[in-house]
Amino acid sequence: MPEAPLLEVIDLAKHFPLGGGIFARPTAWVRAVAGVSFAVRRGERFGLVGESGCGKTTVGRLVLRLLEPTRGRIEFDGQNILALDRAAMGRLRRRMQIIFQDPYSSLDPRMTVEQIVTEPLRAGGEQRPRAERRCAAAALLEKVGLRASDLRKYPHEFSGGQRQRIGIARALCVRPELIVADEPVSALDVSVQAQVINLLQDLGEEFGLAFVFISHDLGVVQHLCERIAVMYLGAIVELAPVQRFSREPRHPYTEALLAAVPLPDPRRRSGRFAMEGDVPSPIDPPAGCAFHPRCRHALDRCRVETPPLIQAAEGHAVACWLNDGKGLEPKGGMGHGA
Amino acid sequence: MRRFLRNKNFTLGFALSAAVVLMAVVSLVWTPYDGNRMNARERLQGPSWAHPLGTDQYGRDTLSRVMTGAVNSIIVGLVTVAIGLTIGVGLGLLAAYRGGMTDEAVMRLSDLLFGFPAVLTAILITSILGPSMVNAMLAIGIFYIPVFARLTRAVARVVWEREYITAARACGIGEWAITRRHVLPNILSPLLIQGTIQFAVAILAEAGLSYLGLGTQPPHASWGRMLNEAQTYMSANPWLAIFPGLAIAWAVLGFNLLGDGLRDTLDPRMVRMR
Repeated sequence: MPEAPLLEVIDLAKHFPLGGGIFARPTAWVRAVAGVSFAVRRGERFGLVGESGCGKTTVGRLVLRLLEPTRGRIEFDGQNILALDRAAMGRLRRRMQIIFQDPYSSLDPRMTVEQIVTEPLRAGGEQRPRAERRCAAAALLEKVGLRASDLRKYPHEFSGGQRQRIGIARALCVRPELIVADEPVSALDVSVQAQVINLLQDLGEEFGLAFVFISHDLGVVQHLCERIAVMYLGAIVELAPVQRFSREPRHPYTEALLAAVPLPDPRRRSGRFAMEGDVPSPIDPPAGCAFHPRCRHALDRCRVETPPLIQAAEGHAVACWLNDGKGLEPKGGMGHGA
Repeated sequence: MRRFLRNKNFTLGFALSAAVVLMAVVSLVWTPYDGNRMNARERLQGPSWAHPLGTDQYGRDTLSRVMTGAVNSIIVGLVTVAIGLTIGVGLGLLAAYRGGMTDEAVMRLSDLLFGFPAVLTAILITSILGPSMVNAMLAIGIFYIPVFARLTRAVARVVWEREYITAARACGIGEWAITRRHVLPNILSPLLIQGTIQFAVAILAEAGLSYLGLGTQPPHASWGRMLNEAQTYMSANPWLAIFPGLAIAWAVLGFNLLGDGLRDTLDPRMVRMR
């Protein structure tokens, strides 16, 4: 595929200081994101999956430059966004938007829906007439499945799913090319989740939107996204197109995540295993492969050397020593935690 | 409004404060007598039909003086709260969005100001600048700056953590516009509550300063001043001290209850903390 990516992230890292103040040095650093690289094409739905605390949300905020990275490069449509000044960044912000997890905290309770949805239009100096803005807002609301008459209402008059639709309308208001969706459905009821996901899918196709879809729910990501990256403790451990993903996961962590997705048929569960233990602290990550303390395949090498993200097959990258040429060990006989 | 009236604190506080405000407003156009006119023949009288609250050592009508004193108290409350609000809220908002050094500087300065005993410093300020009502208001107002700065910073920081702020930042809206459009409207309730309570405190503080002779100067009527003057004649006419004292208690209680009532209804979370 020779087409240049819309978004390219190269060796992105973010370390948060811990403790310390203005006079004291930080006592430790949380390596929330420890060198992540990926690219998203125009109109592509890219999924970022991992347990809570793996840094996926931080990646989302870094991509939009809501946080300044510790190191790395972010290129949007060929421009290095980290080198842009305030004004240029302000203009670029209209091309990338964000949808949030919490439909309650993401809408200002003191604003009407009209004010919320049209807020992106009021940024960046461009002043469009109020009537025109209202018109645009009404059209957007209908697009996301609400009514134009809802413009005058306040957020508390809506349910969680409806609020999430308002958040989506706000993100679409400036006709962005990229939307970072940070767990947009995990706060919603399952039935509402499906509606919102289908809405995102439809809108994505209609407007040719690229998504960075962040979620801890592999099932949702598998349904919506075309390519998926799995993060563990601040690093991508596997990156593959969705079809390859479920058929032949190459990383033991992916395998464990797939095993955690509920299946309609309980008999199919046999032979799968559950992961034990918790995610290690990103303040003091384990030596070698970060996953080795929880990995059932861990080798001596895993405890010492960090595996790089290497191409295991066409478009399929994985960071695991087991893939040093060969696939995962055949399954079965090792399902101890099932 | 019905929600407010269901709250007993609010209803009682509102009634008491409204009475004070009404009294002050009426006094601007009408008082039974000229509060500053002396009348040697009617000195130190107890309550009567002619003088419902009696007269003082110069024969001035106490009711008229209590009424004009209400104007004095309300002006003090308004001005001091206004000083505290404008400067304190500004500093608090600045500290909340700039963080880091600015935040530290504002907060340590507040600590410094808090560290001084308020009344003693007010006395110090008025004795340097000279005793007058304006200087008394200035002294009280200065002490309100850290009160509002701290409150504003605390509640504004909570608002800054909300995702709608991140959404606004993701749209490229500047910090100052976010503060104006999102932060300020969302912290109005706690500011209103605190403002009402500080209003009551200001009335008391001004009465204290005037009692010490550092606030309102004669012949202007001030409740604290009246208490001071009554002291000498306590044995001759105890009513002289009772009525201004009652007025102070009434007003302070009223505005305090009003503040409590506002808090109960506007900010239910704070009730549970008590």
